[in-house]
Amino acid sequence: MANPSQLTFELVTPDHGVVSELVDEVQLPGAEGYLGILPGHTPLLTTLTVGELWFRKGQQKTYLSVAFGFAEVLPDRVSILARSAETADEIDEVRAEAQRQRAMGELQKPSTTPDDIERIQASLMKALVRLQVANRRRAPRA
Amino acid sequence: MPSLLDYRRRIRAVKNTQQITKAMKMIAASRLRKAQERMVGARPFSKQIVRMLHDLATVVDEEMHPLLATRDLSAPGARVLMIVVTADKGLCGGFNTNLIKAASNRMLEHPTRHHTMALIGRKGRDFYRRRGMPVTFELSGIFSHLKYSHAQEIARVAMEEFTSGRIDGVELVYNEFKSVMQQRVTVEQLLPIPRLPLDSAPTGGIEYLYEPDPQKIFDSLLPRYVEFDIFHALLESAAAEHAARMTAMDAASKNAGDVIDSLTLHMNKVRQAAITREIIEVVSGAQAL
Repeated sequence: MANPSQLTFELVTPDHGVVSELVDEVQLPGAEGYLGILPGHTPLLTTLTVGELWFRKGQQKTYLSVAFGFAEVLPDRVSILARSAETADEIDEVRAEAQRQRAMGELQKPSTTPDDIERIQASLMKALVRLQVANRRRAPRA
Repeated sequence: MPSLLDYRRRIRAVKNTQQITKAMKMIAASRLRKAQERMVGARPFSKQIVRMLHDLATVVDEEMHPLLATRDLSAPGARVLMIVVTADKGLCGGFNTNLIKAASNRMLEHPTRHHTMALIGRKGRDFYRRRGMPVTFELSGIFSHLKYSHAQEIARVAMEEFTSGRIDGVELVYNEFKSVMQQRVTVEQLLPIPRLPLDSAPTGGIEYLYEPDPQKIFDSLLPRYVEFDIFHALLESAAAEHAARMTAMDAASKNAGDVIDSLTLHMNKVRQAAITREIIEVVSGAQAL
């Protein structure tokens, strides 16, 4: 089978619509590190953590923040099933910053139990990724 | 006999009511459209999650997962958690009553089972609280801003109760959106997850790399499946509620129109009678002169 030259990138979340694009390259936050995917990738199933995801069309990169989910990679397709996902434009920086501050504040408190810490860390991670992705909007790099 | 003024007052009152019901109908119609869009928006996700489960089920030992552990729900003394999804508000026809009736019937059909309740929506909560049913969980006021995290919260409680062994099964009772004119009460077994719909679609025999191992992916995918099942039920229920309210308010507006018509007829009769009486009085007064 000839190698496909492009990937169909699909992202679905339960809350809102789907992204469906023809792209050249995708990078996603896999459970065991970031994965870069080019057309013709070996079939792969992986879980996703909180992180930054981007896909590239020609020179144009689009960034998204995703939080938890699953990715299925086929030679000509990447399907993502995420609990939540936001494009750089959708992110409310003020809210993300507030979330970061709150999480930091909670971590300082002596009363937090290990369970709490895990939850707060997840929340902090999400906030940081949101801010990072939002930053990409301001300083777009080719 | 009511006077002309009485009739005028009553017509005005009914007209006011009709205005309210008309407005409620319009609001319900626009909310229904939004709710339907969300339902459609959730469809790709459901397709995708089922497909991934398919792919995984061929390589993992699916019987191993605690959420799939079958327990006999018809055995005497089985403990079942009923998740009952009602609306927060009334004025939507038989929406809530039908649902509560169905849930209660379900419990009567299985008198040997021991039921606890998880109540979603204010109406169901009020009903079962008054009757002193054991309630494990309640959540109301969510339908005005329904989010996925609400479903997660419900799923977390249900799965925790189930895996800890406090209950043997979970049933979900909700109104399914059949069409704008029709809602159907649905009773669905949520846990243990009934046979996954795994046998239908072929997997194509693709060999995947798994990261981490397939069992771990499967284990974390199943709870998502349960969450999504609940989320789907909530979306259905929200759409069905708006549809029911729209139909009910449409009927109410029509009825109000009928009442106004008949009151207007009576009022005209009374007015006519008064005029006739006055003419007779004038005529007979003139004759007496």
